[in-house]
Amino acid sequence: MSFFENVNWADIWKASKETLTMLGASLFFTLIIGLIIGLVLFLTSSGQLLQNKWLYRLISMVVNVLRSVPFVILMITIMPLTKMMVGTSIGVKGAIPPLVVAAAPFFARLVEAALREVDRGIIEAAQAMGFSKGMIVWQVMVRESRTGLIAAVTITAVTLVSYTAMSGIIGGGGLGDLAIRFGYQRYRPDVMLVTVAFLVILVQALQMAGDALVRRFSRK
Amino acid sequence: MFDLIELAGVNKVYRAGASEVQALIDVNVTVNKGEIFGVIGHSGAGKSTLLRCVNLLERPSEGRVTVGGTELTSLGEKELQSRRQKIGMIFQHFNLLTTATVRDNVAFPLKISSLTKKEVKARVDELLELVGLRDHQHKYPAQLSGGQKQRVGIARALANHPDVLLCDEATSALDPHTTESILELLKDINSKLGITILLITHEMNVIRSICDRVAVMDQGRVIEMGDVLSVFLNPQHPTTKGFVSQVTDMIDTEALGIRSEGRVVRINYMGNTAYEPVLFETVRSTAATFVILQGTVSRMKDTPYGQLIVELRGERKDTDHIISELRQQGLDVTIIQ
Repeated sequence: MSFFENVNWADIWKASKETLTMLGASLFFTLIIGLIIGLVLFLTSSGQLLQNKWLYRLISMVVNVLRSVPFVILMITIMPLTKMMVGTSIGVKGAIPPLVVAAAPFFARLVEAALREVDRGIIEAAQAMGFSKGMIVWQVMVRESRTGLIAAVTITAVTLVSYTAMSGIIGGGGLGDLAIRFGYQRYRPDVMLVTVAFLVILVQALQMAGDALVRRFSRK
Repeated sequence: MFDLIELAGVNKVYRAGASEVQALIDVNVTVNKGEIFGVIGHSGAGKSTLLRCVNLLERPSEGRVTVGGTELTSLGEKELQSRRQKIGMIFQHFNLLTTATVRDNVAFPLKISSLTKKEVKARVDELLELVGLRDHQHKYPAQLSGGQKQRVGIARALANHPDVLLCDEATSALDPHTTESILELLKDINSKLGITILLITHEMNVIRSICDRVAVMDQGRVIEMGDVLSVFLNPQHPTTKGFVSQVTDMIDTEALGIRSEGRVVRINYMGNTAYEPVLFETVRSTAATFVILQGTVSRMKDTPYGQLIVELRGERKDTDHIISELRQQGLDVTIIQ
């Protein structure tokens, strides 16, 4: 077919694998760091188990600052830090730290919102039973908010897909990199179309998997 | 009698910015081992705060809380947590884990016990049997009715063999029929397992059906306290009178007095005298007669009681004789006019 004459499928596969690697690695760290920040945000907020006005305000401010910087700018800004952490600021490896720095605060806010949905009464019941704060966090709060948390993971994963594509602008590797170098800079619309199609499929798959899990765990 | 719960000089102040709300004012309440003690009050009267002070979900601003000889207000966090395992609590909105089955909800508090898996299974079976939910054990709370959810709540509260059960408006979200069955269950738990119950409610019906003693709260204070029967038959405070009128037609003595020709007396009686023809026999031995102007005969927990407003007609010496004779028989007679 002549329309796809510029498409090098080996490149597409390689780029897809790179995107999945960046997505997988950054999602992994984002979930761990974001969950912890989200829990701390929730627990230190007013009326909660570890209520602490100043700690909450501090973390909240840092999260807001990180979330207000557009991803591309953030990525460029923290380049020295990225280089210090992984030895390079380009390619698949160099894209992961900025992806985590951008997505973790976002995920943390989603975690905070999901935890806020847990019925206060259930927490009170667990306190009355003699549960410690740590057990209440893991056995009650995280458990009861699991559908909200799964939805938050899905949204974050989808956001990360678009961030990985953007990281191509400054040499991040993956499908975004391919789209920019070939599709945009060399005027090859067929390459652009294929990369976009792959990204759409990836996002669809993530969303469907997330929705299926929410249905599977929903008890309401 | 052994005091199981003692609140001594308890005050609770909530501060919100510059304003202060005094939720409890010098509350002194003692609950005896084995009894069902009710606290009644309108919303905002402080009864919910009082209940939460017993297991220190709310810490009193001042005063001591003692449960089973242990002063909870002096315990550290770890000790308090382990003592709380022996204080069961049920709630108006049940507060079950929505993500756990009936069975797992009942087993939940056992996670912090030292029981083995096998022992947990046996205990949960026993509890499900007790509350009659064996057939529903694999359902989730969303699939249950309100009454069934409260039964799960009760089973869960009893899991660690508590000596006290705190009930926070446990029947307020239930219809009258379900309320009755839950109250029956609580009464059973009290009598068969010997668990002391402290409940709060705004329904006099709850107090009347299962409580031995009652405290009435108004604006953070306990304004009246005593045996349910005596509080019920002789309410002193207007708030108490309001609650009593929820379950009986309050006798409007003033309206009655205006039209009567004889002497109007109020007779309260309880226990077995309720079944004896005391009034009739006594009046018959004189030349006087009587008219019943108003009356209630009912049952309070297991005690039958009656309250009659009677007009005695006849010679003064006869009516005097009737009144003193009735009093001698152990009836409580008040001369209204």
